[in-house]
Amino acid sequence: MKKAKLINRRQAIFTGITSAGALLFSSCLKKAPPTYGNILRIGDDLTYLAQRGILSQRALAMEYQKSEITSFPVTDIGDPADPASKKAYSKNYHQLQLNNYKDFTLIVEGCVAKPYKYSLDELKKLGVRTQITRHTCEEGWSAIAEWTGVPLSAILKDAGILKSARYVSFYGFDQYAESIDMLDAFHPQTILAHTMNGEELPARNGAPLRLRVETQLGYKNVKFLQRIVVTDSFADPGPDIKGGWSWYTGI
Amino acid sequence: MATEKVLPSDPASQELSHKRWVKGTHLIITLSFFVLTVSGFVILMSHPRLYWGKAGNDLTPALFELPISRNYQHHGWDKSIPFKNLKGGQVAAARTYDIFNENGWGRSTHFLSAWFLVITGIIYFITGFVSGHFRYKLTPRRREFSRKLFWLDLTAHFRKQIHYSGKYGLLQKITYLLVIFFLFPVVILTGFTMSPAITASYPFLLKIFFGHQSARTIHFFAAVLLLLFLLVHIVMVIRSGFKRNLLAITFGK
Repeated sequence: MKKAKLINRRQAIFTGITSAGALLFSSCLKKAPPTYGNILRIGDDLTYLAQRGILSQRALAMEYQKSEITSFPVTDIGDPADPASKKAYSKNYHQLQLNNYKDFTLIVEGCVAKPYKYSLDELKKLGVRTQITRHTCEEGWSAIAEWTGVPLSAILKDAGILKSARYVSFYGFDQYAESIDMLDAFHPQTILAHTMNGEELPARNGAPLRLRVETQLGYKNVKFLQRIVVTDSFADPGPDIKGGWSWYTGI
Repeated sequence: MATEKVLPSDPASQELSHKRWVKGTHLIITLSFFVLTVSGFVILMSHPRLYWGKAGNDLTPALFELPISRNYQHHGWDKSIPFKNLKGGQVAAARTYDIFNENGWGRSTHFLSAWFLVITGIIYFITGFVSGHFRYKLTPRRREFSRKLFWLDLTAHFRKQIHYSGKYGLLQKITYLLVIFFLFPVVILTGFTMSPAITASYPFLLKIFFGHQSARTIHFFAAVLLLLFLLVHIVMVIRSGFKRNLLAITFGK
């Protein structure tokens, strides 16, 4: 009788490739956001790693003509200047708005050599970029607007970002918060916008300063910015993941 | 000779069998297509308006709106505030309506099953070409393009009894080819076109599908056509011998 082999060549190759793939994937997953064992979040991580691995990280999102600008829906959790919008209301923000944001400062802290409170004028001196881009909402709609603002990279460099920095969190006065990784933070189109469609950022569009991340979906774009925190480990201040949403929204 | 295909023959002699890789990919694609349909519908429910062009939202005109959730024509918008420095009459308005939105799991479920569909689809494509499956089983032969055969094939679809000889008919081949090489690629590529990160790297996607909202609308219609195909497919599978066909594509020998 022919002696049955424990494993034939084809099986050996198949086993080898799949286990190498599994090892590679599990080591990659360590660089991805935590999933808390949720299979949907594992899928989100797969998308995140694939997009980071395959796509060009310096490619610019499509920019449009002025004639293509559309109307713009405001779909946030509430107006922080309106006491009626309970959760989003901020007394500090209300005061700032009554004074036309003259006393506004943006706090930049965390993994930076020089934590600092920037006034709007100080920020504007760091640089300027204008772009006509598409805001893509997870709900399915989109809107095109012209944004002028300070490149986030310029602010992070000015604050002396440390080598250990991995993620940047953004906190709004309306209690809304999001975070992005370094690739999106240093993307040329990632700006803190103070001007929209050629006028000072309107109150309900996030005055006086809001985030624009053009390679991700709308809900990453924190309005009414109050504070930026650079961290050396993963932070999900939203929280997106524990709230049941994907943290990475490149798709 | 050629008419042999549509002649009824003894069902017992018709041993149907698909190759193992066809069975496997068919099963995974069927399951992921089912999950994609359900999650896609849930996603559409949160914004059941469809547009044509580069961008579109509740404050711009729609192609049509589907009455599939409480978000249908909700009109829950605060007063419009015009942008001072724009000449096209564009406005901003805040939403006052609490919309239906289950996209937290809806979107992630959609993309997770899309991963299964795309990876299995790639395996299916490569194996289909390399093994000659597409060439021998799905490519119509020249002699099949005769009016008489076409008529026989067409009328056979509407008869009470359908007999299946183990080879695909012309209409069946053309339909399968359209689904495999047109509808699935279109539905996947228009899906990619809705991604801000993918279109940054591959802006041609926004060009070939006429913009973000056009891609979304094409995605919707391609999915509707795929569902229509599925309906006809299931009807034909049932009418030409449900048990035998089901065994042939799943766990039969």
